[in-house]
Amino acid sequence: MHPEDLAEKAAQIRAETAAIKREVRVCMAASCQSSGAQPVLAALADICGDGGGTCHVKGVGCMGLCSAGPLVAVADKDCTLANAVLYRDVTPADAPDIMQSVCGAPVERLRCPTEQPFFQRQQRIVLENSGRIDPDSFKDYVAVGGYAALVKALSEMTPAEVLREVTTSGLRGRGGGGYPTGLKWSTVAKTAGAQKYVICNADEGDPGAFMDRAVLESDPHRVLEGMMIAGYAIGANKGYVYVRAEYPLAVERLQTAIRKAKGAGFLGARVADTQFNFEVEIRLGAGAFVCGEETALMASIEGLRGQPRPRPPYPAEAGLWGCPTLINNVESFANIAPIIRNGGAWFAGIGTEKSKGTKVFALAGKIQNTGLIEVPMGTSLRDIIEQIGGGIPDGLAFKAVQTGGPSGGCIPEQHLDIAVDYDSLKTLGTMMGSGGMIVMDETACMVDVARYFMEFCMTESCGKCIPCRAGTQQMHGLLDKIAKGEGTHADLALLEHLCEVVQATSLCGLGQTAPNPVLSTLRYFRDEYENKLVSE
Amino acid sequence: MAQPAVIPNVRVVTLTIDDRDLSAREDETIIEVCRENHIPIPSLCHLDGLSVWGGCRLCMVELEGQARLFAACATRVAEGMRIHTMSEKLKRYRRTIIELLFAERHHVCAVCVSNGHCELQWLAQKCGVDHVRVPYRQAAYPVDSSHEMFRLDHNRCILCTRCVRVCDEIEGAHTWDIMGRGTDCRVISDLAQPWGTSDNCTSCGKCVQVCPTGALVKQGTSVGEMVKDQHFLPILARRRHAQ
Repeated sequence: MHPEDLAEKAAQIRAETAAIKREVRVCMAASCQSSGAQPVLAALADICGDGGGTCHVKGVGCMGLCSAGPLVAVADKDCTLANAVLYRDVTPADAPDIMQSVCGAPVERLRCPTEQPFFQRQQRIVLENSGRIDPDSFKDYVAVGGYAALVKALSEMTPAEVLREVTTSGLRGRGGGGYPTGLKWSTVAKTAGAQKYVICNADEGDPGAFMDRAVLESDPHRVLEGMMIAGYAIGANKGYVYVRAEYPLAVERLQTAIRKAKGAGFLGARVADTQFNFEVEIRLGAGAFVCGEETALMASIEGLRGQPRPRPPYPAEAGLWGCPTLINNVESFANIAPIIRNGGAWFAGIGTEKSKGTKVFALAGKIQNTGLIEVPMGTSLRDIIEQIGGGIPDGLAFKAVQTGGPSGGCIPEQHLDIAVDYDSLKTLGTMMGSGGMIVMDETACMVDVARYFMEFCMTESCGKCIPCRAGTQQMHGLLDKIAKGEGTHADLALLEHLCEVVQATSLCGLGQTAPNPVLSTLRYFRDEYENKLVSE
Repeated sequence: MAQPAVIPNVRVVTLTIDDRDLSAREDETIIEVCRENHIPIPSLCHLDGLSVWGGCRLCMVELEGQARLFAACATRVAEGMRIHTMSEKLKRYRRTIIELLFAERHHVCAVCVSNGHCELQWLAQKCGVDHVRVPYRQAAYPVDSSHEMFRLDHNRCILCTRCVRVCDEIEGAHTWDIMGRGTDCRVISDLAQPWGTSDNCTSCGKCVQVCPTGALVKQGTSVGEMVKDQHFLPILARRRHAQ
C-alpha cells in the first residue's frame, strides 16, 4: 500500500459520511463514564435517531476537563474541541435541550466556555484526536489521517530514515526518565539478534496520574501505529502492551483496536500489503507499581515474579527472554506518528532547547480544573496552574505542586515561574515523571505529604533489596512519628541519613527515588518538620 | 555464576581495586576479582556457584568517574576500571544496611543456633555495628519445624534467596520461592505449605548449608552448634558447567 492509496481510503470514508454536518460528541473516557456519561449517550442517541442523516451522536475519548464531566460537545464535523460548544455536568434529562441546540442557540445553563485558557492555551499533538474520534472506530482514525505515518514509513522510508527522524525530533522518553528516544531506538536497532521485541509500558501507577489511561482510552490506534513504526525501525516483529488490569476500559478499547487493525490488514502478517509483519499482544499487570520498572515489567511478561534485576545488561542488549528489546511509554509511542508525518524537524521546533515537543499533564488535587492537559515543554508552572488550571478553589492560597509521583518532589510558590522541562525540574529536586501534577493549597501539611508517598513506596517495594524493603519502612515510621508530633531532632537526622543510604544503594528506580518526596519537602519546608519536633 | 575452567575468546583486562594493580578476565564480576585477590568485600546474597541476585546491596563499590555506586556482584570488570571498595561513605552505608536487617526481624545472637558461625553476625562485627540506631520492628514470625531433618525460622531470615537459588539451580527441585512483597516477603516451600509436606523437597540440605544465618538449620541443634559448610557449591557448579 502507498500513501496515496491510504489517502484515497480516508477520502472514501469521509465521503460516506459527507452528509453529516453536525456532531454531538459525548466523552466516554473512564472519568466521564464514572459520573454517568453512558445514560447521557443513550438518551442523546435515542432522541437523535438517524438525525435526518445530517446529525450524528457518538462516544469519543477524553476532552480533558474531567472535573466538569459528563462532557458533551456539539460541533461541526471537523471542528476541534476549542471551537466547539461544550456542555458540562450533563444528565440524561438535559438530552432534549442539547438536541434542540444542535441546529439552534446553545443551552446557556449547561455551557462550559471553551474560550477559557484551559482549552485555548493547550497545544495538542498526543491528544489531537482525543475527544474528536470514536476510539472504537478504525474508520474514524483513518479519516483523520491515522496510519498515514505507518504507511509512509513502510513504503517510502528505510528503517535508518525512520531512526533519523525520531533522533532529529529530540523526543525524550515520556515515562519520566527522559532518555532520548532516538538513541534508545538506534541502540536496539544496532544490537544483533534474530528476534527483537517492542514493549509499550502502560503500567501507569503514580498516584494522581492518568495520562496513559486517557491516551489508550481515547486513541488506541495511535499507540499501535507508534509501536509498529518502532518495530519497523528496529527490526522487531512482535510487540507487547503491558497495561495494568485496573484500566479495564483502556484494555477493552485496545483489544478492539487490535482486532480492527488486524481485520483491516494494518496489523499481523504483511502489514498494509508490505513485507513487514507485526503482532501485538496485551499483557495485564496484576497491580504492582514496581512492574513499571522495565526489568520488573519484562520479568512479569515472562511469567515470573515482577521484580527488577541489576542493569546492565540493559533491555536493548538482553531484554525480554534475553532478546534485544525496545521499551517505551504510551505517550512516547503516541508521539511517533506525528513525528513521521510532519518530520522530526517540525517536532524539534516545539518546546525548549533540550526537551522537545509537548507534554501531557494530569492536573489533580486542589485546583479548579482537574483533568488532562497538553502543553508545549517550557510552559511555566504558573501558567499551568493559574491560567490553564484556573487556580486554587475556595479562595485559598497555593502552597506547592507535586510532580513525578512517588519519585518526584514538591515545588513551592517561589519557583512557579520556572519553564517546565526535564532538566529544570531536576534542578528543583523533583522530576518530570510521567506527568502527574498534584496541587496543594495552604492547608496541606508537607510532613503528611511525605509520609503519604513513603507509605506508597513502602507498600509497593518488591522486597528484593534491603535498603528499599527495610529502609522505606523505617523512613515511614520516622515520618509517622514526626507527623504525630513525637519526633526528635535525632529522628530527623536519622531520617535524612536513611534517605541518603536508600537513594544511593537501592537496586532499582523505585528505591533510588523513594526518598525524593522527603528530601524535597525538607528542602523547601524544613520549618514544618522542625516545628513538629519535640526537644529530647 | 561459576564458569567452566576454559573459556575461549575472553580477553584479560587490567584494573585497580583500592589502588592495587590487578588483572582479570573480562567476564568476571568485581566481587569475583576481589575474592580472588583476598580483598574483603561484604555480601550476604552473593555466593560462588549461584546466579547473581544483587539484593543485599552490601557489596556496593565506587567507580572513578561515575557518580552512582555499583553492586560488585552484578558489575563486570572493564579495562582501566578504578574501583574503591572501602571509602568512609561506603562503610557508613554498609553499617546502616546491616542495622536495617537487624531491626527488621528477630536477630538475637545469644540464643541463636548459628551464634559464632553466622555471616550476618560476622559482617556486623566487621562493619562496626555496636548498636542499632533504627527502631526494632518487634514483629513475630512463625517457625516451620515440620521437616524431619531441618527447621526454618523466619525470624532469622534475611531474604537473601540463596536457598531459593541453590534449590532451583543446583538441586533442580525449586521447592523454595518468595511470596508477598516489601517487608511482608516470606520464603515459602511449594505453595506456601509446611516444609515437611512438600512434594518435591529432596531433603538434600543444600539450602541449609548456603543459608547465611540461623534461618535454615538442622533439627536438634542448640545455641552455637549449627556450623555450615559451603565448599561443595563451587565444585558442584563447575562440574555441572563442564558437562
